[in-house]
Amino acid sequence: MTTSTDFAAPDVPLFDPTAPLTASGNLRRRDAVDRLVRVLATVAAAIGVGMLVIVVYSVVTKGASALSIGFVIHNPVGLVGGGIANALLGTLEIVTIAALIAVPIGVLTGLYLTEFAGADSRTGRALKLGLDLMQGIPTIVVGLFVYGLIVLPLHQESGFAGAVALAIVILPLMARSAQEVLLLVPGSLREAADALGVSRWRSVLTVILPAATGGIVTGAILAIARGAGETAPLLICDSIFNTQTTSLNPFHGIPSVPMYIYTITEEAVSGVFVRAWGAAFILLVMILLANLLARVILARSRAKMGAS
Amino acid sequence: MAGLSRAFARGARGAGETGDRVLFWLCAAAGVLVALTLGDIVYQLISNAGPAISRFGLGFIGHQVWEPHFGQMGAATLIYGTVVSSVMALAIAGPLGISIAIYLAMLASPKVRAVVGPLVEMLAAVPSIIYGFWGLIVLVPFVQSIEPGLNSALGWIPLFGPPQTTGISVFSAGLVLTFMILPIVASLSRDLFLTVPRELREGAAALGATQWEVIRGIVLPSTVSGVSAAMVLALGRALGEAIAVSLVIGDVSAIHASLFQPGATLAERIANQFVGASSNLLIASLWYCGLILLAIGLLTSLAARWIAGRFDVERSYARAVAA
Amino acid sequence: MTVWDSTEDRARDDQPVPARVRIRTGARTPTIASHRAQGVRINESRPVVFDIRDMSVYYGSNRALMGTSMKIRRNLVTAVIGPSGCGKSTFIRSLNRMNDSIPSFRLTGQVLYHGHDVYGAGVNRVEVRRRIGMVFQKPNPFPKSIYDNVAWAPRNLGLKSGLDERVERALKQAALWDEVKNRLRTSALGLSGGQQQRLCIARAIAVEPDVLLLDEPASALDPVSTASIEDLMHTLKNRYTIVIVTHNMQQAARVADQTAFFSLDRVDQVGTLIEYGDTETIFRSPKDTRTRDYVTGQFG
Repeated sequence: MTTSTDFAAPDVPLFDPTAPLTASGNLRRRDAVDRLVRVLATVAAAIGVGMLVIVVYSVVTKGASALSIGFVIHNPVGLVGGGIANALLGTLEIVTIAALIAVPIGVLTGLYLTEFAGADSRTGRALKLGLDLMQGIPTIVVGLFVYGLIVLPLHQESGFAGAVALAIVILPLMARSAQEVLLLVPGSLREAADALGVSRWRSVLTVILPAATGGIVTGAILAIARGAGETAPLLICDSIFNTQTTSLNPFHGIPSVPMYIYTITEEAVSGVFVRAWGAAFILLVMILLANLLARVILARSRAKMGAS
Repeated sequence: MAGLSRAFARGARGAGETGDRVLFWLCAAAGVLVALTLGDIVYQLISNAGPAISRFGLGFIGHQVWEPHFGQMGAATLIYGTVVSSVMALAIAGPLGISIAIYLAMLASPKVRAVVGPLVEMLAAVPSIIYGFWGLIVLVPFVQSIEPGLNSALGWIPLFGPPQTTGISVFSAGLVLTFMILPIVASLSRDLFLTVPRELREGAAALGATQWEVIRGIVLPSTVSGVSAAMVLALGRALGEAIAVSLVIGDVSAIHASLFQPGATLAERIANQFVGASSNLLIASLWYCGLILLAIGLLTSLAARWIAGRFDVERSYARAVAA
Repeated sequence: MTVWDSTEDRARDDQPVPARVRIRTGARTPTIASHRAQGVRINESRPVVFDIRDMSVYYGSNRALMGTSMKIRRNLVTAVIGPSGCGKSTFIRSLNRMNDSIPSFRLTGQVLYHGHDVYGAGVNRVEVRRRIGMVFQKPNPFPKSIYDNVAWAPRNLGLKSGLDERVERALKQAALWDEVKNRLRTSALGLSGGQQQRLCIARAIAVEPDVLLLDEPASALDPVSTASIEDLMHTLKNRYTIVIVTHNMQQAARVADQTAFFSLDRVDQVGTLIEYGDTETIFRSPKDTRTRDYVTGQFG
């Protein structure tokens, strides 16, 4: 046992313990600083929410007047008439093609990272690095790449080229969310399948992927929502300043909602901006709804996995 | 009988092995595809920029004049505009985002956090075209109205020079970029703050420290590398943004000290001049700009990874930007 | 060395029994304030630090702790023992308002600290924790140097002058100085578990609180570290009032002057204070059968 001379006599106490339990010493000042920080942080959060509110409010109020059933289901008539049905369908088509490319490749990549290469293996880390780098490439550069890859050789801008560019943009997101959700599949499921002698591919197809479906669908929805709003790749690969096109052949230029809005900013005709607001309204609503939907599905699939 | 069942079993195993092999090669092919795509992107950019590289060399980066008609192109003004607008956005979104993260992680009740958090994340879900369009119609006139005031109050700083007739300016571009990168800083930082173990925060509180002292002394220091990486990622996003910036910055090749002047960035110059560009040298120069942007994008990704070290900033990033 | 002299059964207090004096190293000789010479424990003459009056704790609508009343006295080690889940941690954390961070936490009754209700209106929580320090079950050193771990709280309090001496004194009192004095600037995370816990104790006493609450401080440690921390109790209580939660009865018998036995009420499953008194009585001649069952190892 240590004997320390510091126990000789108690020092003069730093405070009177019997005094009331209000701030003593420098606590008043420190409390004031603490209160100030709280206020600043709360104000910051209010600003953050306010920023979203400002943008959404503008889009909603300015776009509402352009909205009607006709706006959604009719094709444009001249510059200021009709609707944007062709652009909506075009976006749907482009995004679908992009998803058909990116989702399977993303899931396969996620499977590779979880089933075949450990997180610490050389190929695993290289692949993750590759995905990170791909995610950091500006979307306009991706557009340039696909321009050189597809548009130049075919001498033809196309919705398909735009879709390929979008697929490259959303692939890293898809791969990462697939990997995350595949990691969440309980190890016990895998072990049970192994113990039963089930071959790897069968357990992946019938046990692991079904368990991960919720998360994969969520990731796909989010990735698609992200892709629906991307303009730069479409500008380069599917640049179609003729918003009147109603053909939906993906191997030619087809219209899309982002390009529609972008094109209108070039026009100086009165009464045309409101249509862009209307298109922005629809686009924003679609994307925000997709985000909400993804969250709901995610919450439900988390509850299911937590319960199992 | 026994022989038959053994053959059957072997056959079944064989099918399992084939199936396994198919699965493996499918997955590996996906991985290889990723690598090939990356490589091809680099190759395409370099080869298509070739004519401009051989004509201008590295001087392209320092040359200020951009006159396609005279065959003179230089990216200096573009690089300047890119850097200035992005740094301005980070200067605002950085502190603001960290403050929001502090609020969400440390001060808000769980119910409030569950509402405000997703709202801030939604900022990342708004497409850049909408930010650009909104910026053009709503933000630019607003900036135009406040420019004289800012100039008279802060005019002694060269950044806030004499106001322009319109609000089209580097300043507007910086503001739009702030909207776009704020959710990245806020969401990533919030996730980081929430990983600080509860025992550490409790232990600090038990020593008679105020909430701010716990944040300042424990939470912030232990997350500094992650937060820095988040800021680098946010900066990278701002550096590469084309559409939103193109609608509010004016595409003017000039370097000014004042933020209130129009300018240009690498990404928006490509967006503005690529479609319909006729001169081959112009096209190659735009590819050259793309190449510079590619280098910037790759470098910021690498820098963020290096700064974050072991922490998995990546996963939160995916959530933040996918939202 | 401790010399403990027990007197006869308290039930026979109609017979005068001379009170014997307890001798412990470094203690002041206590005065016997009571008018009853027989059956008076020296402990009960000490000033009261905590006067807990019918304290109940609820988490939402679940009652976790039954109305508890007890007095904790100055410069004594008071142990809180009982089977797991009986509310010992809840009890001790309620003394310095560490349960406030739990959203559904609710407390009724009074916790009087030197006569002031800890949960009274206008009470500053930070001030409460400044006076009533706490060491947790799992060592939780900050990811800083050893020096900065100990110096952090004093710096907050503005005790900047003489910081080196303060750190040294705290580390000495926690019996850690000799082991770390040559590597004060290295990370605290490089210390062993027992050293880390002593660092946490040094951290707590560097600001010289009035009370030290220890929530199972040695339960995550090996026997050697546990022994050194128990040794600390004997020296630390000269300066501080100590309340220690432990699930180890022998530990309580070794270090504590007073012992409180908590258990789960058989009917409601609510944590209840069964018996409280000086350690000798609790262990040798407990009044309640439940106490007797527990200390003789019948359950828990």
